[in-house]
Amino acid sequence: MIEAIGLTKRYGNTVAVDDLSFTVAPGRVTGFLGPNGAGKSTTMRMILGLDRPTSGKALIDGKPYAQLDRPLRTVGALLDAKWVHPNRSARAHLQWLAKSNGLPARRVEEVLEMVGLTAVAKRRAGGYSLGMAQRLGIAGALLGDPQVLLFDEPVNGLDPEGILWIRQFMQGLAAEGRTVLVSSHLLSEMALTAQDLVVIGKGKIISQSSTTEFIERATENSVLVRSPQASKLGPLLVDKGYTVRTDDDGSLSVTGATSDQVGDIAGANAVVLHELSPQRGSLEQAFMQLTGDSVEYHAEIGK
Amino acid sequence: MTLLAVERIKLFSTRSPWWCMALAMVITIGMAALISANTDDRFPLTVSVSQGFSNFGMVVIMVMAALAVTTEYRFGTIRATFLAVPGRVQALLAKTAVVALLAGVVGEAVAFGSWGIGTLIKPDADMAINSSAEWRNVAGTGLVFALAAVLAVAVGVLVRQTAGAVAILLVYTMLVESLIGLIPTLGQKIQRWLPFQNSTNFQTAGNESFMNETGGLDYPFGPWGSLVYFAAICVGLLVVALVVAKRRDA
Repeated sequence: MIEAIGLTKRYGNTVAVDDLSFTVAPGRVTGFLGPNGAGKSTTMRMILGLDRPTSGKALIDGKPYAQLDRPLRTVGALLDAKWVHPNRSARAHLQWLAKSNGLPARRVEEVLEMVGLTAVAKRRAGGYSLGMAQRLGIAGALLGDPQVLLFDEPVNGLDPEGILWIRQFMQGLAAEGRTVLVSSHLLSEMALTAQDLVVIGKGKIISQSSTTEFIERATENSVLVRSPQASKLGPLLVDKGYTVRTDDDGSLSVTGATSDQVGDIAGANAVVLHELSPQRGSLEQAFMQLTGDSVEYHAEIGK
Repeated sequence: MTLLAVERIKLFSTRSPWWCMALAMVITIGMAALISANTDDRFPLTVSVSQGFSNFGMVVIMVMAALAVTTEYRFGTIRATFLAVPGRVQALLAKTAVVALLAGVVGEAVAFGSWGIGTLIKPDADMAINSSAEWRNVAGTGLVFALAAVLAVAVGVLVRQTAGAVAILLVYTMLVESLIGLIPTLGQKIQRWLPFQNSTNFQTAGNESFMNETGGLDYPFGPWGSLVYFAAICVGLLVVALVVAKRRDA
């Protein structure tokens, strides 16, 4: 269980993280979602005791990170896969980590096996591909068999196979009853991975809910209707209390109604339909809508 | 103990410490060999002469010590360290201890190696180490190297960048301390309080030779007093560095 309580980080006049409060429950993958620069990494660093919060606190199983005894046994984190000395072998990297938390040397071999790096464990980590480095980072996070895991943008830059592997891996960890917090700026990715979502923008919390709830709420359901008699159908639908928008090509976009309801009304009034299809707003659109005002660096499109 | 083992694994699982140690020994002992081979009646080889270039090795070891910290910042392993060991002061103290111990060992190797190669090259020279001043000059090298390494670790923690830390250490030890002496009157008054002048005083007091005509700096301390003063500066800077590292975002 991870708790953030009024977590705030200020750099001079810039507020990177603004009074964040949320909890991350065990047994589920929780997505930590926000556009680039929203303060996800800063928040994770504060949870892990690397950065000092300006105010507020973060607790892991009720304790601040710094007060955990042999913390790798409680918390595993992958913030940046590049946090390895390039001239050190993967095995040596894991060996010093294991030693620091009193973990047996055999545990190093176990996690290497788990992430499939045994064959290349002797090679210097600097020569690893991004996917291999990511696996090494995950091996480091799993070293102490921790109940709480944090991953910062773990699929960034990975190929589809690597993405799938990490996704299934995280879901497996959560299924074992562990607390898993994964940050990402891609809602589509989180929709597939996470059961819960904590969404932030510009350091502020936007929502905390289950992923399904978030998507239901965020995406707009509409029905697309094409009809030669659109001008007749439109007012009929408005009379029923639905919102109707006429698009440039003359088709109608109806919100608030199901396609069944629109079809029934058309039938009852003998309106010919050429197309009747339920539309679902894209996740990306929904995410943009929610966080649109809170993107740190806007790219001005079309200017 | 655990933390010492951790830092030992970290230090020896990369190549640069090995290179630095080898370089420190080869350069210093090699210079001692060159000097010994070229001594004659006018410039006789003595114990003190064989130790004349130990500062060379010291500077290389300081670079190694600074690198032990700055590469951790460079590659982010310092954050991995602080995640594994949230007690930053203990983690950095362990690193300092391992690096200083190693520097001490290299210091002794360099000192006795330089002395040994001198006796080999000029078997007839008076190379017996038989006064306390001569023992200080040779065996004291390890102490000076170890303390210099502590200072270099502190600079590394404070500066966090390899280029910056190494430049500061090199320019300071090789240039600043000696050039300050060129300021008329005032220069020497400042110089006698500078750390590496005092470490040199510890090594060379009572061992004057053609290699180290110090121009008669009027040191505020005797040789052991100078060492304590040097140690206080090194440890003092380390304390500052530890306080900063504890408060700073990693």
